[in-house]
Amino acid sequence: MAEIGISDYSIYIPRYRLSRKTVSAAMGWLGPMALPGEKAVANHDEDSLTMAVAAGTDCLNGTGRAEIDGLYFASTTFPYRERQSAAIIATALDLSPNIRTADFADSLKAGTGAVLSAFDSVKAGGVRNILVCGSDYRLARPGSPQEMVFGDGAAAFLLGSSGVIASLEGSYSASYDFPDYRRSEDDKFVRTAEDRFIREEGYGRFIPEIISGLLKKYKLEAKDVTKVAYPCLNLRQHATIAKRLGLQPEQVQEPLFAAIGEAGVASPLMLLAAMLDEAKPGDKILIVSYGNGAEALLLKVTGEIEKIKNRGRLKKQLAYKRELTSYEKYLAFRDMIPVEVGVGGEVAPTQLPLTWRERKVILALYGSKCQHCGTPQYPPQRVCVNPACGAIDEMEEYRFSDKRGVLFSYTADYVASSIDPPLLFGMVDFDGGGRFVFELTDCDRDMLKVGMPVKMSFRRKYTDEPRGIHGYFWKAIPVVD
Amino acid sequence: MPEGIKNKVAIIGMGCTKFGELWDKSPEDLMVDAFKEAIEDAGIEKKDIQAAWQGNQFTEVNIGHSALPLATTLKLPYIPVTRVENLCASGTEAIRAACYAVASGACDIALALGVEKVKDIGFGGLPRNNEDLMVLGTRGRVIFPNWVNPNPGMFAMMAIRYFDRYGLSIEEGKEALAKISVKSHHNGTLNPRAHLRREITVEDVLNAPMIAVPLGLFDSCGVSDGAAAAIVVRADMAKSFRPDPVYVKALQVAADSGESLLYTDYDYTHVETTNRAAIKAYQEAGVKNPREEISMMEVHDCFSITEMVTYEDLMISPRGKAKEDIDAGFFELDGKIPCQPDGGLKCFGHPIGASGLRMIYEMYKQLQGKAEKRQIKNPKLGLTHNLGGQPPLSVCSVCILGL
Repeated sequence: MAEIGISDYSIYIPRYRLSRKTVSAAMGWLGPMALPGEKAVANHDEDSLTMAVAAGTDCLNGTGRAEIDGLYFASTTFPYRERQSAAIIATALDLSPNIRTADFADSLKAGTGAVLSAFDSVKAGGVRNILVCGSDYRLARPGSPQEMVFGDGAAAFLLGSSGVIASLEGSYSASYDFPDYRRSEDDKFVRTAEDRFIREEGYGRFIPEIISGLLKKYKLEAKDVTKVAYPCLNLRQHATIAKRLGLQPEQVQEPLFAAIGEAGVASPLMLLAAMLDEAKPGDKILIVSYGNGAEALLLKVTGEIEKIKNRGRLKKQLAYKRELTSYEKYLAFRDMIPVEVGVGGEVAPTQLPLTWRERKVILALYGSKCQHCGTPQYPPQRVCVNPACGAIDEMEEYRFSDKRGVLFSYTADYVASSIDPPLLFGMVDFDGGGRFVFELTDCDRDMLKVGMPVKMSFRRKYTDEPRGIHGYFWKAIPVVD
Repeated sequence: MPEGIKNKVAIIGMGCTKFGELWDKSPEDLMVDAFKEAIEDAGIEKKDIQAAWQGNQFTEVNIGHSALPLATTLKLPYIPVTRVENLCASGTEAIRAACYAVASGACDIALALGVEKVKDIGFGGLPRNNEDLMVLGTRGRVIFPNWVNPNPGMFAMMAIRYFDRYGLSIEEGKEALAKISVKSHHNGTLNPRAHLRREITVEDVLNAPMIAVPLGLFDSCGVSDGAAAAIVVRADMAKSFRPDPVYVKALQVAADSGESLLYTDYDYTHVETTNRAAIKAYQEAGVKNPREEISMMEVHDCFSITEMVTYEDLMISPRGKAKEDIDAGFFELDGKIPCQPDGGLKCFGHPIGASGLRMIYEMYKQLQGKAEKRQIKNPKLGLTHNLGGQPPLSVCSVCILGL
């Protein structure tokens, strides 16, 4: 039987960083301890679903969409309580509708759970590849210790049996109804038990237990593992756990705590991606998730890893960042303070039959390409827009979401209703043809130039609050690599 | 080329309210005010009107759908009344429909009235387009940036392209645009019915708050309430009403084909519909050399950049050379072709559906020598240019009037 495991991976870190100093300057009077470093925070138009699409898009780079038979999405922060996020992500990624989709929810170890389930699905046969996306953007109450800790991010893995870069060699799980974190149906913020209780009885106990358990199960010793990664609540405790397990410092993956923070479900997955970025063939790597117990996966890196194009993304993404210097802006972005966006910002009722009928146009950025003259066009047309052609009904479907382009013109609109004025938008000329006007995000007014290279990014375009609908669409972002 | 309607229809009466933030006026007040002036000017009675067209864009703002608002407000006597809407070109569309009806012989005397009551929306700018954003239809709301009102940005992008193409720095470009607004503000001070009536300087324009990069507050027209109306009749009847009727020489509309927005040939430094409508209008009117033959014009200066490219699209200034004409004062009140003698959208104001008829009102008064302090000497042909939508997605109407 062929090896089964990870055949590709990616990581997504949102562009904004909030320095923990900024948090303590704003909320220190309430008493949270100022921790070192910064945390990655989602832009105002991002959520766990959009970050999963970003990670998933990168992960699919090179793999044919037709070869994907399933999409599993793990998070604790879904845009909808009822309406499957995995199905939205699968549509945005333009996967076939005839695949398995599932959301893995409610625990910080849902991400490793999804990876294990994908592994088992492939192993059981009948499915070739499953894409697993893990993403989180948990909210902590302003002024709470968790506000210092929580960060946002996503990672994605392709599980399959061909081109395996890291085969799954084993796993070990423990589930306890440990009352550390909880959110009820209506909670916006994570509720927590006492810090010391979580640290000592939770992280301090389950992580060593699960690592020791796995090593014992597979008759290994700590020194047999090349690298281990596990979540971090604070750096001192992270080091203490390593010491307790007899791990040497070079065996322990830097927990990204000072650069990203604790990104919930995504944390162990991002750490796994970080390890794969640096791994060499033959390495044995161990990834641990924490949450209602813990879970550990043991992987063995293969020679295929050297063929992966996406390696080193973590460093690149860490480098492309912008500090969010205003704590108030952070609060506004995350809808933690009501701000005045004006009557013009009110949203008209979303037409659900329209969004269903046009789902590929909206969620997967499908246009059409004239088979007669070859002109790509967005949105899709039945009559060709090329004035020299004008062919009727000679179109084929054409996906723009993965096309790059250049900024043909741009503006910064100061009168548009926006949570982050000025609203940036521009006309994008796609490589290979096609043109449309898109909002621009993850960039600043002064970066905009005619001819600037851009690519597309799936974002939350509007929120139809009275009806509880999130309007997703694509925006243009600068190409940084 | 069809024969057209040159000299087949005449305007015998017009009315136009003061434009502005008319907090104490209802749309009904505005319709009655413009109508009353028009029939008094024409010397006719209401019962003489055989058909009417109402032009307005934003039914959302208290005017309501259909033409019944006009019919019931004026108590028109069971005649055909129709509402026409073509974005900011709605006013010109109303008079075009009236002119075609008269030219066809379907009726002899018709009314066109444009009205908009924008300032009831309760916020700056234009009303929201709600579900039916522009011509992209319902899906526009989901996929278009700033679906509430993308106009400032969509025109701003034309300025970015124009500057880029003709090698102007943002500062040089903005200064050329500033002169356009300074000129219109000057003209506005001479017009008691204008919305904005104060002189401004180039520095004022350059230092104004930004609206959409690179356009600032003084690059943008006023948002106003107002109404304007015209009575049109068969040309051969016109002199029985008054000695100085104004004749319609050309009336053309061009709507975008989708090319400018979706096809990469469009350069975004001009408005294709303006150029297409102008070519046909000059043919219809028999104008061979517009720079020599047009005496004056009112163009759709929703933003200063729109006026700048319109000079070129109308073939008054050569491509890329508008700046030279601006610097030479070519379009000022005492220039070769005065542009915006009444202050334009910039200062007279822009109640969407009324604007096209307001432009015609100014040309009508100028041709009759009744433009008071802003009277242009011996004008022969006046041109109006009314643009709806945005540069890559527009409806343009061009009308030429003369004695």
